[in-house]
This record gives sequence, C-alpha cells and structure tokens, in this order.
Amino acid sequence: MDTINDRLVIAGREFTSRLWVGTGKYKDFEETKKAIDASGAEVVTVAVRRVNITDRSKENLLDYLDPKKYIILPNTAGCYTVEDAVRYARLARAAGVSDLVKLEVLGDEKTLFPDTAGLIEAAKILIKEGFIVLPYTNDDPIVARKLVDIGCPAVMPLAAPIGSGLGIRNPYNLKIIMETVKVPIIVDAGVGTASDAALAMEYGADAVLMNTAIAGAQDPLAMAEAMKYAIWAGRLAYKAGRIPRKLYATASSPIEGML
Amino acid sequence: MTIQVNGESRGVGEGQTVAALLQELDIRADRVAVELNLEIVDRNDFDTRSLCDGDRVEILSFIGGGAE
Repeated sequence: MDTINDRLVIAGREFTSRLWVGTGKYKDFEETKKAIDASGAEVVTVAVRRVNITDRSKENLLDYLDPKKYIILPNTAGCYTVEDAVRYARLARAAGVSDLVKLEVLGDEKTLFPDTAGLIEAAKILIKEGFIVLPYTNDDPIVARKLVDIGCPAVMPLAAPIGSGLGIRNPYNLKIIMETVKVPIIVDAGVGTASDAALAMEYGADAVLMNTAIAGAQDPLAMAEAMKYAIWAGRLAYKAGRIPRKLYATASSPIEGML
Repeated sequence: MTIQVNGESRGVGEGQTVAALLQELDIRADRVAVELNLEIVDRNDFDTRSLCDGDRVEILSFIGGGAE
C-alpha cells in the first residue's frame, strides 16, 4: 500500500501522520522534541496555561516545536465546566494561529471521563464561533453521533481512562462508533503499549492520540518509535483485511504429492 | 495605578498599553493570549489597548500537555 498517500483528512485539512501525540509529562523540552520526532507525529497537543511572569527564564515550548513544522492542537484539559472549556478554547485560538481545538469537558478527577452532556453543549457554542472542534468523548456511539450531527468533523473516543494504560476496554463500542459515524475516529487516551495502538488501527480507527504511553515509558524515545511502527502496522493490516477466525486448523501445505 | 496580572498585583504607569506591559514582562506578544477583565484582547489591538486602574489581566500561552 502507498503509505505516503494514505492521508487522513479532517475538515478539508490533510494530516500526514496517523499518530498524534501529547506534549505533557516529559522530563524537559529537549526530550519532548526528541520523542515527537522519533514518533513521526505531525499533530501535537498542548495545554493553555498562565505564563510564569515572575520567572521569565523558563523556556517556551514553541521554541522547540516550530508551529510551521507541527500542527499545534490546543486542548481544554483541566476544564470541568462548559464555561471553562469555552473560555480556554477562545484563549487557545487567541494564542495560536488556527481554529482547531481538542475539546475536553471532564466529569470528575478520579476517572477524567468526559462529561458528555457538557461536551455537546460546549461544542455547539464553539462550532457556532467557527472553531474546528475535535471532541474527546466516551466510547459511546450515541454521543459520537450527536457530536457529528452538531458539526464535529471527527470524534475522539477514549480507549480507557486518560493515563491508565489499560488499552482498548470496549472494542465493540469502538467498532459501533466507526460504523455509526462517517467522520474520522481518533482513539484518544488509555493506550499502554504498541500493541494497543496497532489494535486500534486494525479495528479501523483513523488515528490514535497518546501521551503517557510514550512520555511515561522507561525509554520514551524507543516507545515513540515503537508507536510509529505500530500505527502503520495496524493501518496496513486494516487495509489488507484480516483472515476470518476459525475454530479448526486449515493446512497451509498441499496434500497432493505426499507419499 | 495598580492592576492584577495573572493573579498578582502590579504597579504600572497611567495609560500603559497591553503591548508595553508584555514588553516590560519580557513576553513575546505573538505567542500569548491576553484576557482583560474576562474579555480576550485581539493581538492587533495590543498596541492601542490601554490599561485602567484595577484591571485584571491574564496572560496565557501553550505548555506541554496531553490530556488533563
């Protein structure tokens, strides 16, 4: 398969990489950049926070991640209300250069599961203001459909709780979401290792977004590279079409010609 | 006059602009969002928008983050 031309398109924008990565939890910006380069990711998520005005010696993330080279996807991480999420999205747009936002409205601190009612409400407001809203949502096909109905050009269902590394907890729901909505599906959160990412792609996900699985690995650079191959392996396997599962054996060698 | 910048009190000159405040704080204007009394200030207005006593200014930028 021509992997170069197998592009992901969201809201008319072309994305060269199907692995999207977060930029949190790294030791320093140097490691962040090295890991992102090893992963081959083009889309990188960032958070929006107050500038440290008392210690200006702190470096800026954008000194390391050139917005001309990477697609900077701001998130509304840490927002638990519609008002906060909308406020942060507007600030992200003002600080950056695009209308893209990864919208998170969280339900509680223990699970970090999305508050899907709040998510839909916030998405409606932002879409009306011209944002391209990529919503972090539950693995719920009905919510995914509603998000698409109100104008989200992609949906980002979780595989498992953020940072849990549990892998895909409900592959059947993910498959139903993929059948239900006709927009790209980006599996977001919960991936633990390369096989989780490959599985998500084999199921038919269009991309996978992860952070902790790479940043928290003992060797983040090696894991970033592993994820790059896993995403492509999964994508290729999905496009190739796997064999059906059967209970009994089927010989691969012919019987004919045997003594 | 006194304003609040990112939650901290700060004395600034009468009629100081947003651009001048950023310069004083050594912050690059092209990488931040500025919220003045809960209203976002367009980057093109940084030069002309002057601050008033008691204003609450928030200056934000991108930091490393995945989710939460």
